Amino acid sequence: MTTIETAAPVPARPRLGRVLALGVERARYEVRSYFRAGDAVFFTFLFPTVIFLIFAAAFSASGTVGGDRHGHGGISIAAYYLPGLVASGIVLSGVQNLGIDIAGERSDGTLKRLGGSPLPVGSYFLGKVGMVLVTAIAQLVLLLAVAHFAFAVALPGTPALWGRFAWIFLLSVLMSVVLGIGISGLPRSGRSASAVIVPILLVLQFISGVYFNFGDLPDWLKSIAGIFPLKWVAQGMRSVFLPDSFAAAEQTGTWDLGTAALMIGGWAVVGLVIALATFRWVRKDR
Amino acid sequence: MTTTTGSREPVVAVRDLTKRYGDRTAVAGVSFDIEYGETFALLGPNGAGKSTTIEILEGYRRRTGGEARVLGVDPGRGGVDWKARLGIVLQSSAEAGSVPVREQLAHFASFYPRPRNVDATLEAVGLTEAARTRVRALSGGQRRRLDVALGIVGRPELLFLDEPTTGFDPEARRRFWDLIRSLKAEGTTILLTTHYLDEAAELSDRAAVIVGGRLVDIGRIDTIGSPADRIPVVRWQDADGRHEERTEQPGCLVARIVADGGEPTGLEVVRPSLEDVYLGLIGQHTLEEQLA
Repeated sequence: MTTIETAAPVPARPRLGRVLALGVERARYEVRSYFRAGDAVFFTFLFPTVIFLIFAAAFSASGTVGGDRHGHGGISIAAYYLPGLVASGIVLSGVQNLGIDIAGERSDGTLKRLGGSPLPVGSYFLGKVGMVLVTAIAQLVLLLAVAHFAFAVALPGTPALWGRFAWIFLLSVLMSVVLGIGISGLPRSGRSASAVIVPILLVLQFISGVYFNFGDLPDWLKSIAGIFPLKWVAQGMRSVFLPDSFAAAEQTGTWDLGTAALMIGGWAVVGLVIALATFRWVRKDR
Repeated sequence: MTTTTGSREPVVAVRDLTKRYGDRTAVAGVSFDIEYGETFALLGPNGAGKSTTIEILEGYRRRTGGEARVLGVDPGRGGVDWKARLGIVLQSSAEAGSVPVREQLAHFASFYPRPRNVDATLEAVGLTEAARTRVRALSGGQRRRLDVALGIVGRPELLFLDEPTTGFDPEARRRFWDLIRSLKAEGTTILLTTHYLDEAAELSDRAAVIVGGRLVDIGRIDTIGSPADRIPVVRWQDADGRHEERTEQPGCLVARIVADGGEPTGLEVVRPSLEDVYLGLIGQHTLEEQLA
């Protein structure tokens, strides 16, 4: 056989400006698709608000948490649950919903078609970040509005607290998206995606103080939860939404935001490395 | 990057291409070239290795042996600039159900450096009426036409069509053929796989037949198959019943029949279609494989 003489030119890397522009176009397309899929919006978008309503209503008669001996200065159960649900809303939007979404895109042919087009992988990732950011913000606004107006939960009163909220929120969204992309390779098919991904997140929510008072958990369980990011997102959100006196109930007796930043940032880096190393447009050929 | 059109280097060059999965060999040493502007059909039964070959050339699968160049680039290492010069129509898929047709096409058009006009593309595939319809509400044939629209909207130099007209009604197929002819007229090189041999005969300049991962024939459509497979058949009826005879000189045979017994009933002179030749080829090679 004769050989083919032409040397392959090394393919140029896509220019950053183009990656960003197409990332914005992807985000626009993804957000519109998200809100068009009616059932997905109902179950995933409203989830934190629905859970909040259930807790707030179920425990509305149990008085306050964290007050002094005479019951003064405490906060309502609704206010107490709010930060945990804000945290789990972010992590569910990113890791769980996105992980299941991408696994589905891998089996229904979406990724195969995109992989045959000149869409840079970076733009695809950016589109997912944009989608999760928009849906997580919308979800948050709804949750805070319900908490504030229906259950009279006080929202943070100082710009400093909102500033703290902003960085924890953005860092958590970024981390959740890369972890979601990373975890999407775990299920072997789109059909098994929910069965594989949901339990992991459910366990994390239970041990990270979303549904239970974190302070009531045994120390060994707290230490396990401390390895994973959700505990730190929830703790960060407690530092924003709960009075400072509640910091005493944390493991170290402080909000420990430095460690929270390190842990969330660290998981974002781990997630990014996993996402870049394992993401494939199509399942690897045997 | 887009200047290969001037050179005479083949658009696709494949040498001894091999793909193994464990001990199963899907493609066993296939070689062919596709020249600039040519429409090339890859024919063969299901499981013969057509889709594996085309997916290696599209960059979806890694070859395990041999060489391949697509637009001068190793398809296993093609980047986004390379992909911008390809158009890929895969076998059917079922994604993006909630998105309206026009939006889906406009979105994909935005990925390419010099896309076709979105509305003109919809018009060309006959989906203008369905522009606002959500993808999931399309019929099978309309869905396929959208696949074709997505494949051509980037103005590809090389278009891969993997069984493009599955689910088309006869009129839609005719329209599709016209569309392919107009792409050809623009200089697009096309690699086509199809189950419809009339389609291959209608559209392609050359064809290759793959059986059991091997190329068993390659050439112009009218030269495919052994000369014996292309010998015309004469059929007629007389008092003794039906007759059928294969002959290189059907005219002489007909003259003799008329001279012997006058005008016969049901006289036919049939030149084997690509389909007959192809079935002959497949049968012969499948038999050889079973004997081997």
